[in-house]
Amino acid sequence: MTGTSEARDGRIGNWKVGVVTSIRRESASGRSITIDVPGWGGNIAGQHTDVRLTAANGYTAVRSYSVASAGVGDRIELAVDRLPTGEVSPYLVDTLREGDELELRGPLGGWFVWTPQQTESVQLIGGGSGIVPLMAMIRSHEASGSDSPFRLLYSVRTPLDAFFRAELESPSANLEVTWIFTRRAPSGCPRPAGRITAADLEAHGFPAALSPTVFVCGPTGFVETVATALVALGHEPSRVKTERFGGA
Amino acid sequence: MAVISRGFVGRGGEVNPDLPAGQYLTADFPVLSAGPTPHIETVDWQFSIRTDEETLHTWSWDELHALPIEDINTDIHCVTRWSKLGTSWRGVSLDTLFATVKTTDKYVMARSYGGYTTNVPLADLLGGQAWIALEFDGDKLDPEHGGPARLLIPHLYFWKSAKWIHGLEMQSQDEPGFWEQNGYNMYGDPWLEQRYW
Repeated sequence: MTGTSEARDGRIGNWKVGVVTSIRRESASGRSITIDVPGWGGNIAGQHTDVRLTAANGYTAVRSYSVASAGVGDRIELAVDRLPTGEVSPYLVDTLREGDELELRGPLGGWFVWTPQQTESVQLIGGGSGIVPLMAMIRSHEASGSDSPFRLLYSVRTPLDAFFRAELESPSANLEVTWIFTRRAPSGCPRPAGRITAADLEAHGFPAALSPTVFVCGPTGFVETVATALVALGHEPSRVKTERFGGA
Repeated sequence: MAVISRGFVGRGGEVNPDLPAGQYLTADFPVLSAGPTPHIETVDWQFSIRTDEETLHTWSWDELHALPIEDINTDIHCVTRWSKLGTSWRGVSLDTLFATVKTTDKYVMARSYGGYTTNVPLADLLGGQAWIALEFDGDKLDPEHGGPARLLIPHLYFWKSAKWIHGLEMQSQDEPGFWEQNGYNMYGDPWLEQRYW
């Protein structure tokens, strides 16, 4: 399994204190947050980090977030969507400011990852904030000058809900981006708004015969639908890697 | 000394003694799996205990249902930090299954339909601590939650409770399973926060 050895080097270790250097609005409920984390030491595309918040009375809450950036260095980017009933995400989206400190522990995870050593075709399929680990793969792919063909299917409710919109609207030469709008499509969009279907995967995804590695990330219902359709289209289940966003 | 997060108050409330450190309560039942959900018909389903060389015992769906089925009320703790308290399950105790099997091996690799694996010491499967779960909350198990049958080892983080269970392979040594090769702890005690390597 690619990535395992890099992930296994024991850097998870202790909590590290990061400083928020910038916050960008991605959507009404989404923010990308750039953090300098001395000692982070880089991560593989697709890995995540634990984020710990501590209240003045000592109460703590910890959640895992995918890292949207990849590569060496101590500067990382997270992208977070506010869950209305969440405890940590509303803080990160609404309260956190530049200059604030944030405790992190990572990088974590050695399965839902892509490294530039991989040469096969890669199909990325993201729903909503499920784009975040896929964005790290897209950035790692571009930064490394990889020849591996990449395709992204990105499902969002409306154009305004897309994360990393500007970046994805001018993709690099080896990346093909297909947008799926589930509630409202922009005018001129040939595909009517609606949830992703097997027909979308067949029309815009790499065919199973090419044996691409497929990364699917999003809410549980989205991932179940897509993964089941991929297997029905002939994709080998072991080549379909999934990450489901649940909890708060 | 922890960094105080400016303006963070959290949900507050009393500290719940049933909640291990670093966990939060959920009323949902989140799904976490590394790949597509396998769909297995119960007529095709089999469960076996074996070594790498021989099958020690195999049960069909009907044979498993002929064994005593227990009610289990338990808390469950996922390494992704949600916990669910007071869940109700029905299933066959692994004490019942291991009563028919002779082994001197101390470790087990649980193997699932779809290829998932996870390692557990045999001692953690015995003594009323583990079951082959067939029902959750009064209904048969959804495929998303591991149906038709999953391992249930509630005293360990829930990735040890392998979905779509197909068999247990006896081993003389503790070898890492799927998540254990990909960043998670070999044992996974939620009360000791054994999450990662």
